[in-house]
Amino acid sequence: MPWRLLRFGLSSKHPEPRMFTAPTELRASYDVVIIGAGGHGLAAAYYLAREHGITNVAVLEKGYIGGGNTGRNTTIIRSNYLTPEGVKFYDASVQLWQDLSEDFDLNLFYSTRGHFTLAHTDSAVRTMRWRAEVNKHYGVDSELVGPDFVKRACPSIDISCNGHAPILGALYHAPGSIARHDAVAWGYGRGACQRGVEIHQQTAVTGIEVKGGKVVGVQTSRGHIATNKVLCAVAGSTPRVTDMVGIKTPIYIHPLQAMVSEPMKPWLDHIFVSGSLHIYISQSARGELVMGASLDPYELHSTRSTLDFTEGLSAHMLDMFPFLSNVKVNRQWSGMADMTPDFAPVMGKTPVEGFYLDSGWGTWGFKATPVCGKTMAWTVAKDSPHELITGFSLDRFRNYSLTGEKGAASVGH
Amino acid sequence: MKLMNCPVNGLRPVSEFAYWGEVRKAPDPATCSDDEWADYVFNRNGSPGVKQEWWCHTPSNTWFIAERDTEKDRVIATRLPGGDA
Repeated sequence: MPWRLLRFGLSSKHPEPRMFTAPTELRASYDVVIIGAGGHGLAAAYYLAREHGITNVAVLEKGYIGGGNTGRNTTIIRSNYLTPEGVKFYDASVQLWQDLSEDFDLNLFYSTRGHFTLAHTDSAVRTMRWRAEVNKHYGVDSELVGPDFVKRACPSIDISCNGHAPILGALYHAPGSIARHDAVAWGYGRGACQRGVEIHQQTAVTGIEVKGGKVVGVQTSRGHIATNKVLCAVAGSTPRVTDMVGIKTPIYIHPLQAMVSEPMKPWLDHIFVSGSLHIYISQSARGELVMGASLDPYELHSTRSTLDFTEGLSAHMLDMFPFLSNVKVNRQWSGMADMTPDFAPVMGKTPVEGFYLDSGWGTWGFKATPVCGKTMAWTVAKDSPHELITGFSLDRFRNYSLTGEKGAASVGH
Repeated sequence: MKLMNCPVNGLRPVSEFAYWGEVRKAPDPATCSDDEWADYVFNRNGSPGVKQEWWCHTPSNTWFIAERDTEKDRVIATRLPGGDA
């Protein structure tokens, strides 16, 4: 093996094609500039090229591909939301997810697990029933189940949660899935590259030029670009970019932390979420338990991790799965979540002509990656909001017509 | 940030404190426009920087103002609210 590997490595005609084209100089102008090479930005580039024939596109990334919240989330995909706007939107995303590995010719490890949102109080049961009815109305597989059903699905769960938060029921969402998150960014990036899109990593946007209410160019750390259309898909850095064009938004930034355990033999088939215990957990293809909790309690523009988080999350995790007491935590990390007051995203056109937002993705953005790419590409190409995103416009905060999705957030309320 | 200086109780673990957002001035609802009021209700200064924030030391219910760098997570000063806040 080592001899073959050496020959492979030293070969001048490297047989393995590159995922991405080698970096080039920036061109003087592009039809569309996308800020942020995470899943959302790359997906938008991919669909712009594939469905709208717009290939003179640059995706600018301050760091590296998928290094932001795309690579920091806990990879849960579901569509059991609360508002009609949310359910339709996220369900369109779940439909897209199912064919994505084929689309990319890249294994995303998309794995349908079944998703439980546990209810420990009467009011939580009431919200679950409400969500189940809205979901069913829009054809989403979602139902309220009792504690027996939960116990049968996962025999290792302590249904009483150590006596202080007994599970009264759960919202069960059979299509709930997980996927390998980095691969999503790579798949969209490669597909976009193959169609002529340029991805420029290590290229920070330092300013956006607006003349007469219209976007005319972008200043970057590597020089100036002329363009009439800019899509901002930068998650936790959104306020810094909206400041460049003078747009006010309700977006505020709190860190969201997560951690994984050492690898274990497969024992957890499903995804479990508990709003009351502030936890969510699933087991990855590598056997690690992927765990998350609620938002950090105060505003912060940094990705530091804390011991408070690990301690708090572990304590709640042991209430639910006491046998995990000997399992070690392997890694922890954090991402900057761009939160909104109604827990719905901010998408579409803005008061500045040619400046489009795909933002306010807080703690719920990964699952929406495909549908965001698709609808934002449509919105940018036609300069008119796609029908699936009209409920998420920035205008709703001026008109008091919010899209209240807080009851469907995993945790943190 | 693991410790915070309460203006009344001194240095305490940060878990004893609750964050209540940036100090902001409300427009006069009788005279401001609908847009100004909606801006006050919803919009926030989400960019990093040194901000004046409301915090509460919960065991003693002491409300105070902290000047904090939201990028470095460093508290520069804390004070009890005076006439200007």
